[in-house]
Amino acid sequence: MTISYLTDDYEIVRDESKCIKCQVCVRQCANAVHSYDDESDEMNSDGGDCAACQRCVTLCPTKALSVRRRATEFRQNANWTGPVQTGIVKQAETGGVLLTSMGTDKPHPIYWDNIVLNASQVTNPSIDPLREPMELRTYLGRKPDSLDLDFSDGAPRLKSQIDKQLKLETPIMFSAMSYGSISYNACLSLARASQAAGTFYNTGEGGLHKDFYEYGPNTIVQVASGRFGVTPEYLEAAAAIEIKIGQGAKPGIGGHLPGEKVNKAISETRMIPEGSDAISPAPHHDIYSIEDLRQLIYALKEATNYTKPVGVKISAVHNVAAIASGSVRAGADIIAIDGIRGGTGAAPTVIRDNIGLPIELALAAVDSRLREEGIRNQASIVAAGGFRGSADIVKAIALGADAVYVATAALIAMGCHVCQKCYTGRCNWGIATQDPYLVRRLNPDVGTRRLTNLLRAWSLEIKEFLGAMGVNAIESLRGNRAHLRGVGLTDTELRILGIQPAGD
Amino acid sequence: MRDKRYIPSGCAICGIMSEQGRLFGSQMIMSSIATMHFRANGLGGGFAAYGIYPEHKDYYALHLMYDSQAGRDGAEALLKNYFVMRLDEYIPTRPVPVVKNRPTLWRYFVSVKEEVKEELYDLTEEDIVVRAVMEVNRTITDAFVASSGKNMGVFKGVGYPEDIGEFFKLDTYKAYIWTSHARFPTNTSAWWGGAHPFGLLDWSIVHNGEISSYGINRRYLSNFGYECHLQTDTEVITYLVDLLMRKHRLPAETAARVLAAPFWKSIEREPEEERTVLEALRTVYGGALLNGPFSILLGSARMMMGLNDRIKLRPMVAARDKDLVFMASEEAAIRAVCRNPEHIWSAKAGEPVVAALKDGTQ
Repeated sequence: MTISYLTDDYEIVRDESKCIKCQVCVRQCANAVHSYDDESDEMNSDGGDCAACQRCVTLCPTKALSVRRRATEFRQNANWTGPVQTGIVKQAETGGVLLTSMGTDKPHPIYWDNIVLNASQVTNPSIDPLREPMELRTYLGRKPDSLDLDFSDGAPRLKSQIDKQLKLETPIMFSAMSYGSISYNACLSLARASQAAGTFYNTGEGGLHKDFYEYGPNTIVQVASGRFGVTPEYLEAAAAIEIKIGQGAKPGIGGHLPGEKVNKAISETRMIPEGSDAISPAPHHDIYSIEDLRQLIYALKEATNYTKPVGVKISAVHNVAAIASGSVRAGADIIAIDGIRGGTGAAPTVIRDNIGLPIELALAAVDSRLREEGIRNQASIVAAGGFRGSADIVKAIALGADAVYVATAALIAMGCHVCQKCYTGRCNWGIATQDPYLVRRLNPDVGTRRLTNLLRAWSLEIKEFLGAMGVNAIESLRGNRAHLRGVGLTDTELRILGIQPAGD
Repeated sequence: MRDKRYIPSGCAICGIMSEQGRLFGSQMIMSSIATMHFRANGLGGGFAAYGIYPEHKDYYALHLMYDSQAGRDGAEALLKNYFVMRLDEYIPTRPVPVVKNRPTLWRYFVSVKEEVKEELYDLTEEDIVVRAVMEVNRTITDAFVASSGKNMGVFKGVGYPEDIGEFFKLDTYKAYIWTSHARFPTNTSAWWGGAHPFGLLDWSIVHNGEISSYGINRRYLSNFGYECHLQTDTEVITYLVDLLMRKHRLPAETAARVLAAPFWKSIEREPEEERTVLEALRTVYGGALLNGPFSILLGSARMMMGLNDRIKLRPMVAARDKDLVFMASEEAAIRAVCRNPEHIWSAKAGEPVVAALKDGTQ
């Protein structure tokens, strides 16, 4: 083998005065960065494969370790930066597509940070969420324009039931992450936390492990182009079905699960051979047009006897508003839009970093379009793609989302440090791996508690926001762009977001 | 003079109705609203009166405000496309020195042209009136339709309500429902059309409060073809009432469950059938929930309804005495005109107080 021209990104700094040679770091690093030499009784570290995941740093009992960017500097160049050169070198050595994981690390604009919220002063009172009721309950699904009520015996009675809705106690759901891309224990934590918090998690396209059927009432199952694990029982188990057309991190291409992660349980759940790559087709091969999408939506509704909402997830692309409108008219009860900052278990880096729209603009465009067409009632909108906290969520709801999907934040809650190496299957935190030795590191009881805590904390913060704005129900915030103002945005951006500049 | 910005407001409101449809003069409503003088700042006052045009009761009574002759020409040309004019005249006024910068005030008694009904076959007659009113308010600069119902009218302007009532010679009218409003807009610019009551068809709304859900209520209404361009939250309340009660035919008590929806916790305590209905109402009509502090009085041909926001952030007292029902921001405003009513109580948060014509009254 020829010498690699790659240089190490990170180096391990070990404080020898603190290190007790306990070798925790050796055992914890699946990338074999640390080693212990018996003969010399020395601890060694080779930063070459370090993902900067902080596992060793976090678990070192004497805090002897830190990970740093390697001091070696590329010669300064605004065009040919270190990462650019590294990418070229990797491709020159392998001839392959560069893979990565999670949401883009490029500095795409985050419009949330240029949007500020309103609060009540004098003419209307703010409401104290510690002392007054504050309601976050949200229903997702198709709603009629009006109700069919019978008043013949005085009190109103419903003449016909409205379509089945998903009832959320907080407008936050866990976004699609497949069993395969993440571990059994990670899936279990998400399912249990959804049940505890009264919300939903999404299976992604990896099927549903039999053990998780009991969490069906809090489960949204995906039907993606690979159709992995799609069976009548799978559809029946779920509270709702989502047709995955696209994903924010990789619009236009299908899912990737490297064969390294396909063990026995995953092969059974996905109904594919052990060790084989699960590469979903780029399009659904039965959906080449909007009328084809309608057929699949209604095939799924028929298959489940119209007992569950059927949603469509699309990535935010240039004509997202028209696509969303078409999908609603094709029968989608929920539209999930995934922005350019959305995450993935594995995607080509160039695709992740260059395709799609910021979720803020896409969401605003879709909500406006559906209202212009008078069909906003017919579907709920779920926004996804890089939601970092309750402030982002509140702003998304004010722009027009009914609820949001979060995934990266959920992973971080379980221990993830966003090292972007999910595709390697060597996640030291036991999340994006199928190695039984690593999976055991994520205790599902702990994972559940941490996720439940996160949802609780964000929900409390959302209530604080609502109270400050002087409203006590989430539906009074939803689509209420009058509570938003833009700071440092162009007229065009303000127009698309449908908000006024601050001070106006 | 028309300020395009959103104007939050404080205020006083009161209303008096005879449930037997007995016509009575303006003295009580004038005294009642005057009691609450200090809740207003002189930048808006007004009245709605029902039963005042018995001789024209089959015609829509359009009350117009004009700031220029061009506005009047434009509005009249537009109205003539839709309506046959039976009678038009100045709205009678008398000089009141403190009432300044008055628009030209004109009223028309009209019916919808038969050929227009034929052309717009998918609209009801009332839809056509709504359309004409919105078209005037939206497209004709310097013209504003203050009210457009049958056998009723809105009299409003910039000033204290006592002065506005004097100016409009309310002492010459008799009505079975009177409502009134005294305004305290927190933005100093005020205009005649922006005063309350806000009228559409025979709905009239007087409102004390600020609707913090305005942004979504407005966007929700646009789904149903209502364009809010006056930037007052009273406008959205009026349109929501029109949508719920006229177009979707919800009775007042049910509409109130939408506008001031009960909390989920209360809904869950209801028996199953009620719970199902309330849950469906909130799910379907979430965009019509009025949030923020308000007390409103809704007037219409057959009833008057008082409603508070769901945690009662604005005052409202109600009373009954013989055939009369009183509702007001302050108890004093009721006792000033009815010293010892048979029954007087504070309206509960989110629960409507409804006064209605007895069955059989015309």
